[in-house]
Amino acid sequence: MADLLELDNLKREFQVGEQRVHALNDVSLRIKRGEYLSIMGPSGSGKSTLLHILGLLDQADSGHYRLEGQDVTDLSDKQQAGIRRDRIGFVFQFFQLVPRLTAIENVELPLLLAGVAAEERRQRAEAVMASVGLADRIRHRPDQLSGGQRQRVAIARATIMQPTLLLADEPTGNLDSQSGAEVVEIMEQLQQQGLTLIVVTHDRELGRRAHRQLQMMDGRVVSDQRNNPHPEVSA
Amino acid sequence: MLAFALGAFNGQRLRTVLVLLAMAIGVAAVVILTSLGEGARRYVMAEFSSLGTNLLIVLPGRSETAGMGVALMVSETPRDLTLGDAEALKRHPLVSRVAPVSLGTAAVSWQQREREVQIFGSSAEALQVRHMTMAQGRFLPDTDLDRGQPVCVIGTTTRKELFGAEPALGQWLRIGDRRFRVIGVLAPSGSSMGMDLDDIVLVPVASAQALFNTSSLFRILVEGKSREALPQVKAHILRTLRDRHQGEEDVTVVSQDAVLQTFDRILQALTLTLAGIAAISLAVAGILIMNVMLISITQRTAEVGLLKALGAAPVQILRLFLTEAALLSLLGAVFGLLLGMLGTFLIGRAYPDFPLAAPLWAVIAAVLVALMTGLLFGVMPARRAARLDPVQALMRR
Repeated sequence: MADLLELDNLKREFQVGEQRVHALNDVSLRIKRGEYLSIMGPSGSGKSTLLHILGLLDQADSGHYRLEGQDVTDLSDKQQAGIRRDRIGFVFQFFQLVPRLTAIENVELPLLLAGVAAEERRQRAEAVMASVGLADRIRHRPDQLSGGQRQRVAIARATIMQPTLLLADEPTGNLDSQSGAEVVEIMEQLQQQGLTLIVVTHDRELGRRAHRQLQMMDGRVVSDQRNNPHPEVSA
Repeated sequence: MLAFALGAFNGQRLRTVLVLLAMAIGVAAVVILTSLGEGARRYVMAEFSSLGTNLLIVLPGRSETAGMGVALMVSETPRDLTLGDAEALKRHPLVSRVAPVSLGTAAVSWQQREREVQIFGSSAEALQVRHMTMAQGRFLPDTDLDRGQPVCVIGTTTRKELFGAEPALGQWLRIGDRRFRVIGVLAPSGSSMGMDLDDIVLVPVASAQALFNTSSLFRILVEGKSREALPQVKAHILRTLRDRHQGEEDVTVVSQDAVLQTFDRILQALTLTLAGIAAISLAVAGILIMNVMLISITQRTAEVGLLKALGAAPVQILRLFLTEAALLSLLGAVFGLLLGMLGTFLIGRAYPDFPLAAPLWAVIAAVLVALMTGLLFGVMPARRAARLDPVQALMRR
């Protein structure tokens, strides 16, 4: 079976003031379905850019990116939006919940964009909310929830479309250690159920939990280690 | 989608309310101003219709333009219209009535009370031709036109001012240097064609001519048997009077239609002008909507970025913001309609005589223009939102 993600010679440059910054400098990578991967590196190493390109939020200047065997580099905005909606879930450092919507309405958003009928939306959202342990918080607004609860709502929203890929950008960066641990636990459970999980983080401890660890520096992948407690996954 | 847009309004209530208000005032202005214009048009139309239907007005003097020519306002008389002319005009099968008119102002007195009143000299047929109704007594007697009997019919205002609570019928009025017996009182009818029919004294045309020491007529009113007969009647009038005036066509025949049409055009233009002025406020409201949408998008950049990350296609973002703009303007338009109707109703209560009614085209146009401005001015901000770079948008918090 083909790898889930195939990246070949991706390059991405930004103009920052007078300087051209190589956010990604010839990155090639293969990631299998169901892998648990962390991307670490100092600020400006290109790890966030890589995550954005993996999530189709950004475009590489050159190179090829195939997702589930399909070259997504040259797809239209609309097609890319469809892939983001159906195949990819995002978890952000600052949760990115819509403040005026209740928790369950936030979770329903992807279904709304997909044009799912209200009744089905509600049922599916309730089920996902229950799976992240927030069945009793569905009518709360984000500002009535703790940080950990908000991030769990965000995870529920990211997974309601049953994507193959979950991208997390500093998911615990804004949480205390207790709720951070809860959030990580939920994401790892999802990964064990078959989801591909990619976490970008500064946090070494969180990074070391992943079965495969990428180190980035100046737009290059400088190390790609596996410490594998679950050999069957990467086999 | 709709619920989402409504939710967005909830998140910025004050601004939403202000925009709604602006839009509502714009639409209400269109509704109220056009109904004022339309009301003015109907008012004038009604005034002229009260003149009587199938009516042709013969005035001395030649006018090149049809309708409201100079001749109707200030008639310079090359050759006077006479009672003989009026008699001659009667002799046509399609003419039903002829009322000669002699007009002037004179002091009218009874006992100690005196009053300047318009004296309207005419014939018995003026009652039907001018659509007047009697309150008491009878109208001018149906006699030969040149018989100036000393009788008169007075308007209600005149009666009230001169006689107060005392009975007027049978009393002798002094008009100028002559005496007339009151034989009838007109029912109140308001003014018509610039003449207050409630404050006049009607006398036989020959009496009026004697009073003003003239043999000419102010004009002759000719009523045709039907509307269709009017062109023939008009030809008959012109032919007859040319024959009587040594072959010279020195009169003007104005049909009520021509007068009506002229006024109709003028007032239609007035209504349109008012609508145009009101439409400016709609455009202002549109710009406000754009402003609000732009601020809203700036404030909700992160939200737009999020929606993109969640898989919203650019078209969906565009549609979302356009829906908001359309909803804003539609709600504004609905409030505006209600406001306009309320305003029209209140003005109608204050001036019951004025036939206020917003023309349907104006109402529809106001709502459409509101929607269009909303959408038009919403397109730019919405496109900006749709084009936002999700990475940039998400980084801003």
